[in-house]
Amino acid sequence: MTAPTRGRGPRHPVARSRQKLDLDPATVRRARSLARQAGRPIVRLAKQHTTVSVERATLRLAGLQGADPDGIPWVNRLLDAVRGDVGLENGVSLPVWDALVRGDAGDLSTLAQKAATGSVRFRVPEGRDLVRARAAARRAVGGGLKQVDGRRRERERLIRRWGDAPRKPWIYLIVATGDIYEDIPQAQNAAREGADIIAVIRSTGQSLLDYVPEGATREGFAGTYATQENFRLMRAALDETSAELGRYVRLTNYASGLCMPEIAALAGLQRLDMMLNDSMYGILFRDINPVRTFVDQRFSRQVHARAGIIINTGEDNYLTTADAVEAAHTVTVSQLLNEFFATEAGLEDWQIGLGHAFEIDPAVPESFRMELAHALLARQLFPKAPLKWMPPTRHMTGDVFRGYLLDGFFNLAGVMSSQDILLVGMMTEAVVTPWLSDRDLALQNVRYVVDAAGRLHEDFHPAPDGFIAQRARQVLAEAIDLLEDILSHKGGSRSGNGLLEAIADGTFGLMRRPADGGRGLDGVARKAADYYNPAAELLDGPDPRKGARR
Amino acid sequence: MSEKTIVRPYGDTTGDGMVQVSFTLPVPYGKRAEGAAAQLAHKMGLDPAMVVHAKSMGPDFTFFVVYGQVSHLVDLTAVEVVERDYPLLSPKDVNLAVRKGLRRRMVVVGGCIGTDAHTVGIDAILNIKGFAGEKGLEYYRELRVVNLGAQVSVPQLVARAQEERADAVLVSQVVTQREAHILNAKEMSAAFREAYPSDRRPVLVLGGPRFHESMADGLGVDRVFARGTTPAEVASFLVDTIVGPGRARRIDRAAQPQESA
Repeated sequence: MTAPTRGRGPRHPVARSRQKLDLDPATVRRARSLARQAGRPIVRLAKQHTTVSVERATLRLAGLQGADPDGIPWVNRLLDAVRGDVGLENGVSLPVWDALVRGDAGDLSTLAQKAATGSVRFRVPEGRDLVRARAAARRAVGGGLKQVDGRRRERERLIRRWGDAPRKPWIYLIVATGDIYEDIPQAQNAAREGADIIAVIRSTGQSLLDYVPEGATREGFAGTYATQENFRLMRAALDETSAELGRYVRLTNYASGLCMPEIAALAGLQRLDMMLNDSMYGILFRDINPVRTFVDQRFSRQVHARAGIIINTGEDNYLTTADAVEAAHTVTVSQLLNEFFATEAGLEDWQIGLGHAFEIDPAVPESFRMELAHALLARQLFPKAPLKWMPPTRHMTGDVFRGYLLDGFFNLAGVMSSQDILLVGMMTEAVVTPWLSDRDLALQNVRYVVDAAGRLHEDFHPAPDGFIAQRARQVLAEAIDLLEDILSHKGGSRSGNGLLEAIADGTFGLMRRPADGGRGLDGVARKAADYYNPAAELLDGPDPRKGARR
Repeated sequence: MSEKTIVRPYGDTTGDGMVQVSFTLPVPYGKRAEGAAAQLAHKMGLDPAMVVHAKSMGPDFTFFVVYGQVSHLVDLTAVEVVERDYPLLSPKDVNLAVRKGLRRRMVVVGGCIGTDAHTVGIDAILNIKGFAGEKGLEYYRELRVVNLGAQVSVPQLVARAQEERADAVLVSQVVTQREAHILNAKEMSAAFREAYPSDRRPVLVLGGPRFHESMADGLGVDRVFARGTTPAEVASFLVDTIVGPGRARRIDRAAQPQESA
């Protein structure tokens, strides 16, 4: 099937001048080329493996929903049964649709229930059975992708009908009560107060659950569980508010952790608009197995590409663990890798929301000039990407007055470097979850800066040999050094894979993450020769508009 | 300068008693809202009170900034401070203390015991992502962290602690029924007492929202951390107890006859 809506996403004005820094085009090309070299073996690795979550996402796309009385999703029960009988390496699709074609059950959910009681035996079909099973699987999963396509067209229609956010940067606000029914009025209020994007923070620890909880949830730890029903409820509520406000309010959640392919599929089915989705975050910060992460990453990004979802990458996290001046180049490296992986998975430039953050210690002299240099560097390296600009958190001390000033400077750096998505900083960061007044004051701060200096970037041209331009060039040079260092890990290594070796050696975020360690490794399998997954096939299909880039 | 024992807030003159507060009332913006703010300020002891700023926050709320004078006196002799019995260290100082005191990395083994699948607590303390803006123990260069995750049995925990030569064992219990967290904790501490000579036993730390700091002795562990504990507090405690002054206290205690749990 074709994806008729591809390439008709929202277009951003790229015309505004984004060439503030005198970067050598050859150096920029070299940086991209190194990122590509580092990323290619990872893509190869991702293509050679499947995971339990990729297979469960496939079942979800085919329409399997719900959970057993213990709350274990049917996709988990069915997958476990198939895996017990024939293993994971052939994929779940052939054994499942073979059983359906043979008449073991009338539909997927009956089959899952029977499989859970052990009354179905699965096999890998051959010959004509194989052909029939493959066709049935393709039909079922194709139906799910059609739904995802429909959701994407629906988004485009609603944006035309209600209008889009009135200006850039888009204003991004967070809600996180743990209770979806509390989140909804808070999110609607935040939208009325001016938010263009609402992010529902997930419950702490969901990333380490190897299943997606079911239904509407009212209990969470510092956040609300990502479930299909919670997605649906929140999107419906924001549609109501969007209609009232006359602008489409976007909804964000998190496709990360052990279930990222499934959550990506659910996001596509429920018309979420943006998803946090970083290529290495789970490995480094959650100790999830690297292979598991890269396989899940690729699939989830393919789904996001198809669904017209904008991804947000998590570079801000590097700066919360390492010094923001010393580690500035790791952000650039991660952005380049995220861009490569995203593009390879089919995401277009307007969908690649690369992240970065305002986290330099304000006590460091010239900190603001350095922040501007880093922000402009990201802007110029990725002129078409909807960059996500994250507020200070590390150096918010509890002195709310000083924090308010710091957020003002964060906003100023954001507008001066034409950031696209501005996560609104709260002066009570690290003190309390934001109060009503905190949010209002924070939005006043943003509005003041945007109204007072929103077009300052038109007049602002850093001197070619000034501090800002030099700092940007220095960070780019350090990024290239680090990429070269990553590639040199290849020599004499076990896997022959520079990036995996570099991750194992603790090159990023000081964390050593070997390829055979971490959570979720037992959910990874190398694909057999007769592996089949209709979702992978449909999402992997050649895209005629891809090819020559840059 | 003589030590003052009675003080008042200081605005710009000694003894002026000036304070500033801000708050929101669920009252639509207007004269009535300002009157309501003044009333609250008076009840809080601000007299006179000046409502210097009022702004509507949506149709139903108003935000205020109020300045006023309080008549309350602060008696410094009556101030009670509950001191933490170990110093709070930065990650750098923790690393330094371990390097100097142990001359090797400190090994920390952690997990959730029993049927509890909620690793929220243990992950908040151990994962690099951390909690409340603080990085977890994995972030500390001189700590080697082995996070066993959820549903670890007590024998598994003991075996792994021995295998890894753990200096400390962190156990989390979040979700519990019928006092299971108490029973699990006692079972755990008893198993460690059985498996190790008393002077070799790893430091046992228990955490979870249903525990109180005062329960440590009753549960047979070295320390209990309750809700809201941050990784730095745990790291600082471990340093104090394993390489710092807390070591002596612990050895004294180990020498005393143990109550059976």
